[in-house]
Amino acid sequence: MNTVSAPLRNIKARRTAYQSVVRTLKTAPISAWFGMIVILFYAICAIFAPLIAPYGQAEVIGKAYELSSARSWLGTDQIGRDLLSRMIYGARNTIGIALLTTSFSFVLGGSLGVLAALKRGWLDQGISRVVDAFLAIPVLIFALMLLAVAGRSITNLILILALLDSTRVFRLSRAVALNVVVMDFVESARLRGEGMRWIVFKEIVPNILPPLITEFGLRFCFVFLTISALSFLGVGIQPPTADWGSMVAENKSLITFGRAAPLYPAAAIALLTVAVNFVVDWFLQKTGGLPDDI
Amino acid sequence: MISDKKRVKGEVLLEIKGLKIEGLSEDVWNPIIKGIDLTLKRGEVLGLIGESGAGKSTLGLAGMGFARPGCRISAGSIVFDGMDLTRLSDAEKRKLWGKRVAYVAQSAAASFNPAHKLIEQYAEAPVWHGVMGTAAAHKQAIDLYGRLRLPAPETIGFRYPHQVSGGQLQRAMTAMAMACRPDLLVFDEPTTALDVTTQIEVLAAIKDVVKQFHTAAIYITHDLAVVAQMADRIMVLRYGELVEEAPTGRMLADPQQAYTKSLWAVRSLRKDEQAGDEVLLRVEHVDASYGGSLKVLEDVSVTVPRGRTVAVVGESGSGKSTLARAITGLLPPTKGSVVFDGKPLPPALKDRSKDLLRRMQMIYQMPDTALNPRRRVRDIIGRPLQHQLGLTGAARDKRVVELLRLIELDERYIDRLPSELSGGQKQRVCIARALAVNPDLIICDEVTSALDQIVAEEILKLLLRLQRELKVSYLYITHDLATVKAIADEIVVMHRGRVVQSGAKSAVLKPPHHPYTDLLLASVPEMRTGWLEEVLARRQPADR
Repeated sequence: MNTVSAPLRNIKARRTAYQSVVRTLKTAPISAWFGMIVILFYAICAIFAPLIAPYGQAEVIGKAYELSSARSWLGTDQIGRDLLSRMIYGARNTIGIALLTTSFSFVLGGSLGVLAALKRGWLDQGISRVVDAFLAIPVLIFALMLLAVAGRSITNLILILALLDSTRVFRLSRAVALNVVVMDFVESARLRGEGMRWIVFKEIVPNILPPLITEFGLRFCFVFLTISALSFLGVGIQPPTADWGSMVAENKSLITFGRAAPLYPAAAIALLTVAVNFVVDWFLQKTGGLPDDI
Repeated sequence: MISDKKRVKGEVLLEIKGLKIEGLSEDVWNPIIKGIDLTLKRGEVLGLIGESGAGKSTLGLAGMGFARPGCRISAGSIVFDGMDLTRLSDAEKRKLWGKRVAYVAQSAAASFNPAHKLIEQYAEAPVWHGVMGTAAAHKQAIDLYGRLRLPAPETIGFRYPHQVSGGQLQRAMTAMAMACRPDLLVFDEPTTALDVTTQIEVLAAIKDVVKQFHTAAIYITHDLAVVAQMADRIMVLRYGELVEEAPTGRMLADPQQAYTKSLWAVRSLRKDEQAGDEVLLRVEHVDASYGGSLKVLEDVSVTVPRGRTVAVVGESGSGKSTLARAITGLLPPTKGSVVFDGKPLPPALKDRSKDLLRRMQMIYQMPDTALNPRRRVRDIIGRPLQHQLGLTGAARDKRVVELLRLIELDERYIDRLPSELSGGQKQRVCIARALAVNPDLIICDEVTSALDQIVAEEILKLLLRLQRELKVSYLYITHDLATVKAIADEIVVMHRGRVVQSGAKSAVLKPPHHPYTDLLLASVPEMRTGWLEEVLARRQPADR
């Protein structure tokens, strides 16, 4: 038989999931390691906040504006709550809400984007024009307006930001899906009479995942910054729930007295953003180019 | 302008010795070129042939002292006119590139900057190298466009790349490479992407200028008939090693190595035609268009007998693939009807029953895009079994293995991803996917044109065997007449959306032909030297 006219190609050795994860991590650059360690640290703080934090987030432990001491490492805020504890709870609240918002926006924007790419025609035109209109208005101002109309609550915050952010996700997922829907394997699935669900989730989504995951990291940073900004302005996460944006706002006057209190939450925000970007950069580099490269 | 006098024909221009090139993949350096010697004299054309992956392009580029990103020259020397290119710095090599050595790529469309006019791009290299000013370069470009037999040489340069045809663009690119009158030209499959009728013009033009300027050339191709026209000497490569080297005439007449002989034998596959007795598919007076008034298909009628092969032949843009889309229902015809097994087909895909979809399958030109890169062979072949025949679990897997055996692969391939298969193996998997549901008709859209000739022939043999065993009908779309001879029972010749001739293979291929069929037939390169000159001599009065 002349099937094997060329010597068998060097097949990548089959690795278990664990092996390939270890192998990938070994080749990670130092910036990515830094990013991952920081994210892991934040995640632990967020998940185990009640166990780690010395006091509750709304617990008044002393006088207002105490300096750092053995009892309270970072001092207290304007009504005598422990800053360190509020920082730790803040991780839980801010990151949790940002994660939830980003996930919603991806479910909404991603599915609409793929659908628009697949259906084309009036559906694509319709959604795209609405999205264009949304994109013309600055997110922060639009969010402020909608929050003023709908009322300040965490649910509203999440829904409004997810809606606004999904426009960006829609644009990306539509663009990458457009490249995949013209592939012959999608046509082949159509000729087989496959349903919409199969075509979207089995044929298209696996092939557009790498750019979407990367975008998830970046969008998470933007959402996270927007939430902090809204909280700083007083319309985001409401007291007494601890969060970094409002902590900066509550303690901002201390900066004139040479105290670092408002800088701690600000630094926490900056550090997480940088860390996520490092990891995303690395992922982008690893998966860069064609989607068929694993 | 560099004078042509200093070029002494016969003097050694390029000498490569013991060249080894390695490529990086998965953190390991793998050899691509495993020690090759090459000598090229001034004015000589050297043909490099071999399958894809043989290292042809890598070697051709190495002739310019260039290694692709991810590749490195690990040993050997490349002496070009007394200079060892492996020791020159990038800046020094840049002074040579475009001026004394130039490169013509496979896809001219991808190599031109779409935002600039052809003549501006022509002038770039000579002006940058300080060979001449813009005005002189324009003047020379017009001269060269004329020599390359481009229509309206005075004005064609002032068009943008998208305003000229593919064959013209390829000639404009050859002109651009000739701008500084280089000593060495490297052609990397310059006509592979073109139709046969266009290819012949490009080949003639290239051959002419190379001869006029005594330029040495390395001509890379996998098409043996083409290399027979172009080269003075042929080197056959395989797996980065030299198989055989000889002057063209001797190489064609008397190949020494078994591998070369097998390459030569490729085009000899023939099938005896058989008339069909029962009609499976009848396309009747079909019109189709992609919106607007332009008809892509006009009054097309085709009949496919059961268990036979009908080849649809024509150049790109003739509506071959649109015909396939009209039959499958992806592009419902605007007029006419398609009758399948005695019953009219619903025009649109969504109105067809699952069983109807099962009975008509499709195989595509590019196996790379026809297989979902994220799914394993098990799922690719298994899904139609599950979806259309309701097979699941072990029964499904058993059938997948049977199908793999049928296409001459085996169960070891079941867990592979498409990226872990060769081009031919991928196409086999596509065939298995189509066969999985026992179809009556398979539409094959240029299924072998993206493959090497040896692999293509294996696929054709497989298709013929499957037809004998399973009595399946093929509607075989192709632009390659050698393939038609190999596989067809009946032929339909299409030109600009219309059927110009159809009938049994022997009847269509036997003179007198329709003028367009004649042009197609006469444009297929033959495996002997001097064919190109003969054809051109015959056409001369008509062309000029």
